[in-house]
Amino acid sequence: MIEVRFHGRGGQGTVVASIILAKALFESGFYVQSFPLFGVERRGAPVEAYLRWDSKKILVRTNVYNPNHVVVMDATLLQNIDITSGLKPGGWILLNMPQGELNVNFPGYRVALVDATQIARKHGLGTRTHPIVNTAMVGAFARVFGVPDLSALKRVIMEEIPVKPDKNVDAAKEAFEEVSFIDEVKAIG
Amino acid sequence: MKKVIEGSHAVSEAVRLVKAEVISAYPITPQTHIVELLSEYCATGVMKARFLRVESEHSALAALIGASTAGARTFTATSSQGLAYMHELIHWTAGARLPIVMAVVNRALAPGWNIWTEQTDTLSQRDTGWLQFYCEDGQEALDTTVMAYKLAEQVNLPVMVVLDAFFLSHTYEPVDIPDPDQVDSFLPPFEPKFQLDPLNPCAFNQLSPPNVYMEMRYSMHESSLYALRAYQDIEKEFQDIFGRAYGVVEAVMCDDAEIIMVTSGTVTSTCRLLIEELRASGERVGLLKIKVFRPFPAEQVIDALRNAKKICVIDRNISFGSMGIFAQEIRASFCNESLKPQIFGFIAGLGGRDITVDTLKEIYFTAKENEHPERPDIWVNLNTEVLS
Repeated sequence: MIEVRFHGRGGQGTVVASIILAKALFESGFYVQSFPLFGVERRGAPVEAYLRWDSKKILVRTNVYNPNHVVVMDATLLQNIDITSGLKPGGWILLNMPQGELNVNFPGYRVALVDATQIARKHGLGTRTHPIVNTAMVGAFARVFGVPDLSALKRVIMEEIPVKPDKNVDAAKEAFEEVSFIDEVKAIG
Repeated sequence: MKKVIEGSHAVSEAVRLVKAEVISAYPITPQTHIVELLSEYCATGVMKARFLRVESEHSALAALIGASTAGARTFTATSSQGLAYMHELIHWTAGARLPIVMAVVNRALAPGWNIWTEQTDTLSQRDTGWLQFYCEDGQEALDTTVMAYKLAEQVNLPVMVVLDAFFLSHTYEPVDIPDPDQVDSFLPPFEPKFQLDPLNPCAFNQLSPPNVYMEMRYSMHESSLYALRAYQDIEKEFQDIFGRAYGVVEAVMCDDAEIIMVTSGTVTSTCRLLIEELRASGERVGLLKIKVFRPFPAEQVIDALRNAKKICVIDRNISFGSMGIFAQEIRASFCNESLKPQIFGFIAGLGGRDITVDTLKEIYFTAKENEHPERPDIWVNLNTEVLS
């Protein structure tokens, strides 16, 4: 079973991103489970969402404490939150950040970057000041993890996103292409 | 068709499929997404139901009492404080023998304010005459809601379909949503035995003096007991059409078990994992899931547990000054049995505190390593720093 934790801010579509991925992974043949951090949500405040997938029925119904990977929808969160908390060694950190701007080291983890903010703006998703980055991030996710199938992802975005579904699919496809990978730091543990 | 949907929406889909005719709800916290989706279905014409957005949970149930008496199939949903506010009418619904179905998402009662899961809200309604079914996942929530209508309309008693907050209500997972035609063939339209009818005017719920009241209560009680058998028949019929069944209880590897864990709701799933793990390391452990709490399936519970040495009852609830409520019921069920296992009662996960595989493992080994419980209620993972 793979467990992923998503970090974002209220209003960026973090919970929706985890749901889109759950649905697309299900269409790709996996058992899935996704849920938000159990609590109250406020716009702009840090939010978390979780995703599990497996080749067999998922029985565990608890919070996620030791994710295999994390996805960070908003790089400003790095200033306030330890996004590697509980993260298993060797896990991926997928960050919404332009290439070359990363000034933090994540020893023992693998890092992938995508400028989802710029991609969302380019496709007119959300507003210039509050771009909605979730569909770009799920496209990048598909590239980093090899799942879900891009075709399944496209179908789910068309079904799930009521506003500008085509533009959201374009953003996901572009982000899939634009992911950059930072060399893995050797020391694991 | 299988779709990935939220647990609360699994209930909404069931209510769409049974073609409920009147839905009423108070839409503010602690309400959940169940009625949100239903209000959309009513507004967009997916459902033909009348959606009443009332000013309180008390009014939500009052409105359904009227609608149900007039012969409509009805639904509402609530949680915690909202359920408590309905309390007077919860008794009334059962006494009036109305087949209202209500989904209750278990949330802890205030104060302190807490929207997370705990069963004390529904269990404190256990003596009202409502039937109560506790669900483990989204599929069971959908299927149970559909079956609840058939049972309620057969025995003339209301049913609560109970879901854990967040761990079930806010969790997305694959759920098989049945075809409307199949549900129609399982559940015919509601035909009330008595209803408000201008062509046949009669009074309902009049003064009932001592010469009749006691018989009315006996009849309610007998109907409630009969509901256990009726539910099993309904479930067989459901299984023939939809291929799924749950049982009033489910015993997992209990036959040769020395210690049996007793759970309800989503904790059951996590406990299934623990059982697999402990069995693999040679522990003789079993699991009993209790789905139907009212009527209480004492016979089935005793049958499943009687050969074990020790029982671990996990209660996500507390009857203050007594013990966990499932533990009470199980101890009471065994009182006249000559062979009794040691019954350990554990209080865990109150106010939404997580019950993990490790929590359950600690519970199992506490029972394994002690001959008798040190007290009737053993509180798990209490934080001594908060207490001091």
